[in-house]
Amino acid sequence: MTAVVDPGTAISLDTTDPAMRRRSPFGRFTHNPVVRISVFVIAFFWTLPTAGILISSFREPNDIRSSGWWEVFVHPFETGQWTLENYGNVLSSAGMGDAFINSLVVTIPATVIPITIAAFAAYAFAWLRFPGKSLLFAIVVGLLVVPIQMTLVPLLRLYGDLGLTGNFLGIWLAHTGFGLPLAIYLLYNYISTLPHEIIESAAVDGASPFTTFTRLVLPLSFPALAAFAIFQFLWVWNDLLVALVFLGTGSRTAILTAQLNELVGSRGEDWHLLTSGAFVSMVVPLVVFFALQRYFVRGLLAGSVKG
Amino acid sequence: MTSNERRAQRSLTRRTLGWGVAFLAALALLWIGIVVLLDPDAITGMIVWLYELVGLRGQAFAIAERGIQEGFIRLVTVVFAILVGVGGVWFLFITGNALIEASPSRARRHLRPWLFILPAAAFLGVYLVFPLVETIRLSVTEDGGFGDNYSFVLTDPAMQIAMRNNALWLVIGTTGSVVIGLLFAALVDRVKREAFAKTFVFLPLAISAVGAAVIWRFVYTWRPPGAGQIGMLNAVWTAAGGEPVAFLQAVPWNNLFLILIMIWIQTGFAMVVLSAALKGVPTELVEAGRIDGATEIQLFFRVVLPTIRGALITVATTIFIAILKVFDIVFVMTGGRFETEVIANRMFNEMFRFRNFGRASALAVVLLIAVIPIMIVNIRNLRRQGIGT
Repeated sequence: MTAVVDPGTAISLDTTDPAMRRRSPFGRFTHNPVVRISVFVIAFFWTLPTAGILISSFREPNDIRSSGWWEVFVHPFETGQWTLENYGNVLSSAGMGDAFINSLVVTIPATVIPITIAAFAAYAFAWLRFPGKSLLFAIVVGLLVVPIQMTLVPLLRLYGDLGLTGNFLGIWLAHTGFGLPLAIYLLYNYISTLPHEIIESAAVDGASPFTTFTRLVLPLSFPALAAFAIFQFLWVWNDLLVALVFLGTGSRTAILTAQLNELVGSRGEDWHLLTSGAFVSMVVPLVVFFALQRYFVRGLLAGSVKG
Repeated sequence: MTSNERRAQRSLTRRTLGWGVAFLAALALLWIGIVVLLDPDAITGMIVWLYELVGLRGQAFAIAERGIQEGFIRLVTVVFAILVGVGGVWFLFITGNALIEASPSRARRHLRPWLFILPAAAFLGVYLVFPLVETIRLSVTEDGGFGDNYSFVLTDPAMQIAMRNNALWLVIGTTGSVVIGLLFAALVDRVKREAFAKTFVFLPLAISAVGAAVIWRFVYTWRPPGAGQIGMLNAVWTAAGGEPVAFLQAVPWNNLFLILIMIWIQTGFAMVVLSAALKGVPTELVEAGRIDGATEIQLFFRVVLPTIRGALITVATTIFIAILKVFDIVFVMTGGRFETEVIANRMFNEMFRFRNFGRASALAVVLLIAVIPIMIVNIRNLRRQGIGT
């Protein structure tokens, strides 16, 4: 048992993926209404809460306060009840617009930077010989499941001494450090399964390990790189803990999750802001989810053990 | 030594020197990049300098006089960070590698792996290994020292509630996610448009815990009796004849309502992994069972479940680790009030609000101890597979 799913495994929700069209030997297609209704009921209840805030976010604040969101279905085509104003308000006066930009500022470098560093290390672990390799790799695997809480107090103090608190550089570096064990492990799993013949024939042709890595290994590892990139992107985007500790809640640095949490605290009954705000914070993950489903699932599964 | 050899020797030395200088330059550039990124004003200065460099004097003056747009600074900062972070690291690797290529072959073989490993090792050292050791040290030295910190963790009444709640979370949350995930995976296997149906259950996994907390606060929201209920749960409850309930304050059931959010998030994960595992069950096994006249239910429990045992354990462990560290949901929903405290939330408050670093460290150590068995099993499996040797 390994608590990490191999990124190469064809697990996906993608309908175009042939592996997904296949039924399991156990699951034969059935007309049994109990099965079909159960599937429908579970899927329905799983979607209902999200639908509630999505619909509410387009309703007039007074309507949200006075009636349940499901009542829109009584007269859904009455255009007067729909509004985009909540989004305007939440983006400007409630600070979610700035927070959205801050989320991008934090997430993009925190996703891009660890990939290079991890790819070199993973290649060395997979294809180069050096003393202490197995011990170092065991440490990497051990660090995979270390709770992030174990690192916060010393880092908070260190950052205080260095003046890194509240600075974007500080959180990029922190997310790089926290993401590396997973990145190395995931890329190692993929790179180490590349065929021997390819790597060796490159060496026979006189390619140095560096050239082999940049010209051959990196391009071939694209699926694993993409899986990690998506996982890390979502992890950083959705993270609250690291952002609170290293960036705080000041308006210059608060990211979406921190700002949304701030709104819950200060305007907890202003549902027109909370619903639209929540949806603003969800829109990027949802786009990533629908656009890159195949890599998304692999990355998420492969990385779900991260500390 | 012939003159040819000497010449070759000299050119090699020169090349080594050249790449050595380039390597140092890469290090210096990274350093400068970090210094610039540390100081927001330096970015503005850089923009002014760039404008002057390309001859846009007017623009540069305008910035010096009226300041610069916040958004633009942030954009430049991100681009600069990616340039430094990715470009700088690549520059370091390329020059370092060239330097090694220019050295004698024995040294080359020994040095190269370390060049590839070192940046990663440095990050792991600073961000994981050092803090890990330091946290353990702080937990026995800070505040009242070992005795005080750990007796607080183990005996404080508030902590006992937190420990109880974490246990509740772990048992109910993990079981709930795995059982519903497995159930849905088995059911969805037998209907049309399988992938489509799965999307709905999987979707919450993409949403942040804070977003999920807002979604569910809306489900649980409460209005006094007589007022129209806008929260779904209270609407159903009052329609069935009950009095409106403030679900998040209903001790001890409020814990269950919080755990439900985690189940809502994690079930999708369990479902996807287990669904893939179901598809990997050998056909012969199932067919043999059917020929022997087993019912579908018997088949499921006697044949299919034992076959996917590995996947079940993987899923359960993964969700266990995620739930152990649960923080955001409690932090946003109740802040740990109304007897909903959990270890990670308390740890955050001890660290960030009360600045009791010793207690916070001791709480973190408790979380670490809980994952150590999993860590050991993972490393052992690694050895068995011969990975990394």
